[in-house]
Amino acid sequence: MMGMKRNRRAGAVVALTLGALLVATGCAGSGGDDGGSGGGDGDAELSIQFLPKNLGNPYFDTSNAGGAEAIEEFGGTYEEVGPTEASPTSQVSYIQTAAQQGVGGLVVSANDPEAICDALDEARSAGVKVVTFDSDTNPDCRDLFINQATAEGIAQVQVDLIAEQIGDAGQVAVLSASANATNQNAWIELMQEEFAASHPDIEVVEVVYGDDDDQTSFDKTAALLQTYPELKGIISPTTVGIAAAARYLSTSEYKGKVALTGLGTPNQMREYVEDGTVTAFALWNPADLGYLAAWAAQALITGEITGEEGDTFEAGKLGSYEVGPDATVLLGDPYVFDAENIGDFDF
Amino acid sequence: MTVVTDAATARVYQAHARPAWRRLLLTRETAIIALLIVVIAVALASVRNFDSPLTVTYLLRDIAPILLIALPMTLIIITEEIDLSVASIVGLSSVMTGILTQAGLPFPLAAALAVVVGAVAGAFNGFLVTVVGLPSLAVTIGTLALFRGIAVGLLGTTAITGFPEEWTDLAKANIPGTPVPMIMIVFVILAAVFAVLLHFTPFGRSLYAIGLNKEAAHFSGIDVGRAKFTLFVLSGAVSGFAGVYFTLLYSNARGDNAMGMELQVIAAVLLGGVSIFGGRGALHGVIAGVLLIGTLGSALRLAGITSDIINVITGVLLVLSVVSASLLAWLHQRRSAAVGRRRGRRSAEGGAAGDETHNHASTSHQGRKQR
Repeated sequence: MMGMKRNRRAGAVVALTLGALLVATGCAGSGGDDGGSGGGDGDAELSIQFLPKNLGNPYFDTSNAGGAEAIEEFGGTYEEVGPTEASPTSQVSYIQTAAQQGVGGLVVSANDPEAICDALDEARSAGVKVVTFDSDTNPDCRDLFINQATAEGIAQVQVDLIAEQIGDAGQVAVLSASANATNQNAWIELMQEEFAASHPDIEVVEVVYGDDDDQTSFDKTAALLQTYPELKGIISPTTVGIAAAARYLSTSEYKGKVALTGLGTPNQMREYVEDGTVTAFALWNPADLGYLAAWAAQALITGEITGEEGDTFEAGKLGSYEVGPDATVLLGDPYVFDAENIGDFDF
Repeated sequence: MTVVTDAATARVYQAHARPAWRRLLLTRETAIIALLIVVIAVALASVRNFDSPLTVTYLLRDIAPILLIALPMTLIIITEEIDLSVASIVGLSSVMTGILTQAGLPFPLAAALAVVVGAVAGAFNGFLVTVVGLPSLAVTIGTLALFRGIAVGLLGTTAITGFPEEWTDLAKANIPGTPVPMIMIVFVILAAVFAVLLHFTPFGRSLYAIGLNKEAAHFSGIDVGRAKFTLFVLSGAVSGFAGVYFTLLYSNARGDNAMGMELQVIAAVLLGGVSIFGGRGALHGVIAGVLLIGTLGSALRLAGITSDIINVITGVLLVLSVVSASLLAWLHQRRSAAVGRRRGRRSAEGGAAGDETHNHASTSHQGRKQR
């Protein structure tokens, strides 16, 4: 008797636990149905998933919003999935899920060029078109890479900006990342060639290295201004460097007298643009990058392009694009941020 | 507790008051297995694409490291210890596999050395816990950081890729004709070994005794230190093996591989009915627990639920399982006490004959709950 009663209570607790779980999975189930029918409504499998390096990153929020805009324009379904931490292995399960769901296209920013390769290959053999953007994988693991900018483009825009800001004559210095940073060194070399070729009156007096450390970059900026009293401008082709240099300049006597430009993000640079320390700086526009990636995925899904060099496709408001070598599409020239447009960006 | 024999008599009656099928079926393990079946059924009915063979392949492939490490972790938690450094050992073993392969060693040798590194790491934990006598929680929090630090320090932010293709293919291959990955063969063998070890050997039974009462176990002639040391070495070696598998599965060795996996392992073990206070748990429950968390995650991801929500659901499930265990134990205890008082009065005149057949395990169970 007593045993039975006890078991009834125990049974009730078990049933409660079961019930709670059923509710949880039940919600999930109905959510899945909605997603499923939504996917079915899109024409010709135009369901495209965006898989950023991680969720909750303002840069990717901006780029994926651009992707969503494009997908709305051509009438597909947009979905954003991703891990909370930026690790390659956590991206793999999302790639696998995309393959299981049979989505049309997957737009990925890779956390590692090699680690997600096998998963991408499996997804591609399941019929998913894979476009990488922002950060590429090995070329044979994806159908297309949307390249945000070329080294030449990045060097060119910084030379143009500083030349315009200092009146095409005088001393400038470069505040770089670390002395062996591959990207920065390539850009600096191209910039020096460009100065020599087109701006003979501008002299690059020194390249200093802030090691992508805020305090070091700050101190190096101070040292540059002490050493070269005639200095007219500083170029910092690294987001850490330009923000630290701007912070030094904004509180010093050189504010507004020494020009500063380089590569930065709007959120870091906003206050210095608003207070007049910085006139203009460059980077690419992540929203355009996501927008173009979505159009490229659409062109691959519909079979308009296959990723061969020389293929061309339309990308809505951005116009027509051509596939370059290594199945790469170039977004275009870097984007210049100034007081006029910085308010439009949040990343 | 005025008259000791009263309680003892009550316990014996308690065990016999329930028919055998109830004692076998109305357990936490069965509840978790039932939950797993419910989740699979609901997912099959309502989540699109869940019924594809790919789901099984991907699911088993991804949770294989957790399944493997959960085996020694179960034994460790049953002895009332914990090993938080397992995921860091996976990372360290992954990095070692990469470095040694890159140095030109044949892959099988590199992999074997990586497993040895794992075992040595486990032995280090075991040494600090048993010889030095420090609490395993503190020791393994320390080695969690230490082993991860060494792993990341050895490789920095770079990754080693390019492992021999026949091995990476093997790690991803399925058993021919099924959607079940090859690694499951290894797992089934290991699970059988651990199940026999835990449930059918004196060593395994001694682990429960240690978990219930370390001093009593010691005075019963169990070498508590050696048992625990063995478990930590086993845990390290299995984590080392999981690291090799992890490396092959993702074709890359990185210092940050398997970051945070220790929590997934421990969550699954606890969900599977192993008591964090030691002395209670069984392997089939743990395996069901790992499968439950994995299946739930897989189904929710397929249904388009974001990772935050998946974490919330898994967390709620874990809390519910712990709460329900305590609640059941509390109800049980109240019931037993009431029944014990009544039976005690009755047995005073009836006599306590015919109770010799009570089994040892259920007695120690009751003993635990009465504590």
